[in-house]
Amino acid sequence: MTRSTSDLSKIAKSIRKYIIQSTTAAGSGHPTSSLSGVEIAVSLYFGGFIRHDPKNPNWPQRDRFILSKGHAAPLLYACLAEAGYFSVDLLPTLRKLGSPLEGHPNYERMRRDGLGGVEASTGSLGQGLSLGLGHALAVKLDGFDSRVFVLLGDGEIGEGQVWEAAMSAAKYKADNLIAIVDQNGYQQTGATKEVLDLKPVADKFAAFGWNALEIDGHNLTEIQSALSQALANKGRPTAIVARTQKGYPVQHLLGSDPNHHGKPFTEAEARAALEFIEKN
Amino acid sequence: MTRKIGKSTREAFGLALAKLGESQPDLVVVDADVHNSTRTEHFAKKFPNRFFNVGIAESNMVGVAAGLASSGKRAWAASFAAFVMCNAYDQLRMSVAFPNIDVKIVGTHCGISIGEDGPSQMGIEDVGLACSLPNFTVVVPADEVAAEKAVMALGAIRTPAYLRAGRPNVPIVYDAGAEFRLGKATKLRDGKDATIIANGLLVAPALDAAEALASQGVQVRVLDMHTVKPCDDAAVLAAARETGRIVVAEEHLAHGGLGSVVAMSVARQHPAPMRFVNLGDAFAESGTPEGLVQKYGLTSDNIVRAVRELVRS
Repeated sequence: MTRSTSDLSKIAKSIRKYIIQSTTAAGSGHPTSSLSGVEIAVSLYFGGFIRHDPKNPNWPQRDRFILSKGHAAPLLYACLAEAGYFSVDLLPTLRKLGSPLEGHPNYERMRRDGLGGVEASTGSLGQGLSLGLGHALAVKLDGFDSRVFVLLGDGEIGEGQVWEAAMSAAKYKADNLIAIVDQNGYQQTGATKEVLDLKPVADKFAAFGWNALEIDGHNLTEIQSALSQALANKGRPTAIVARTQKGYPVQHLLGSDPNHHGKPFTEAEARAALEFIEKN
Repeated sequence: MTRKIGKSTREAFGLALAKLGESQPDLVVVDADVHNSTRTEHFAKKFPNRFFNVGIAESNMVGVAAGLASSGKRAWAASFAAFVMCNAYDQLRMSVAFPNIDVKIVGTHCGISIGEDGPSQMGIEDVGLACSLPNFTVVVPADEVAAEKAVMALGAIRTPAYLRAGRPNVPIVYDAGAEFRLGKATKLRDGKDATIIANGLLVAPALDAAEALASQGVQVRVLDMHTVKPCDDAAVLAAARETGRIVVAEEHLAHGGLGSVVAMSVARQHPAPMRFVNLGDAFAESGTPEGLVQKYGLTSDNIVRAVRELVRS
């Protein structure tokens, strides 16, 4: 089902609220890393790009979404709940003892608890693209036209395995594999341009034989047009480098640290952020 | 005693995998450009569309295998033991063990018996690393018969496993019809004075040692503990209780391998004096396989000496 951009904007607001509320309730987590990827994930899940069935999560022909930047788990959980994989009432249990919504996605735990939608255990960075390629090769062997979307962080792509996967995906002409880099410009200890500057990222993927695009990662129209282009592309995998802002659009409410990595919002910050999101 | 020299366990693995591929159409194999060494080439020739050589990139090899398994395939990935276990350990942990998916890892060129290529190529810590991965079954076959049976047995389970295979041709220990059960040690000889628990390359020397000891009036039980994890605790308990002394022999560092696993089982169930024949805590060197095995003490003489220490005391 395709939705209008204004519908997607509304869903994005809900997702942002879930992210902030669940991490603040947990007292830990990575809200800013989750917020930067909201428009990307919302476009995938609710813009008609991921063909899936929350009532039949293991449907073999489904499209796959792998959150390689596993610390953005609150974003994934919010999207899965919104899509109907499980109740939104579960979201406030994030990171709490006994909850399947662990700090980073736990594939086996979710399945054991009868919850679908998590395709991979992630959290040790750099592993999602190889997993995505494995899925992409498997569905081709099965003769399915399923697509595999992998969301990576821009700090994460400092991991060498990402580029091992990139090289082999080009070799296998995995045109059903779409990597999206959430380029929010920050990693744990600072700006990516200071820690390890990998720009130009799209050029690197292109040099590795990929169809590479660069877009504004908060612009729903641009995201959807890039995803459509990726799906029409044949013979090579696609990388979409999505320029985003960490903590968007409430980073200005978080004091002087624009990164705010791995820190939940205080109750007061959360209140202000939710109010800001509601009004804008 | 003289035993017929059979195939290497890597060759037996490769042939068995190609055979298993016939009855399992969803079996896929991932390689990091060593298929002529690991012998996954037999599978690759037969089923080229189910074989993926991702290049010299073990981490990606394991990740791709995990992705294939997550989409329902029976995935096998093979490289040198040293490279797949040490280079790709985080991938084994996060992408295979933690999600508990059907990926079989095969590490060939284990131990010092690879010979001249030297320590960089020798997997001497692989069993300990594999045993530290939750959900993994860990198997170290002694000969071509056990290697083939191990492949078939592992192919029948849908959880992660590590299979260790060697480079040199090795003596045949088993009859073709011998029983092989995952998690169950095979009793190759019985005795009341002590038990030698061995696996892989050390099973044949263990039998030779038992024979030499018998001629000296010492009767020794020999167990092939081909499955290191899960450990056959019942066989260990019976050995400790009924023979009172245990020697563990393996082609592995002292830490983390069969010796550690058996010692924990003995300590927990029925404490008994033990001795260990292994590679200690050191890298080896280049040389002929025979020369290395002698120099580093993986011999029947050394096993006899270890049993004698216990029987005297």
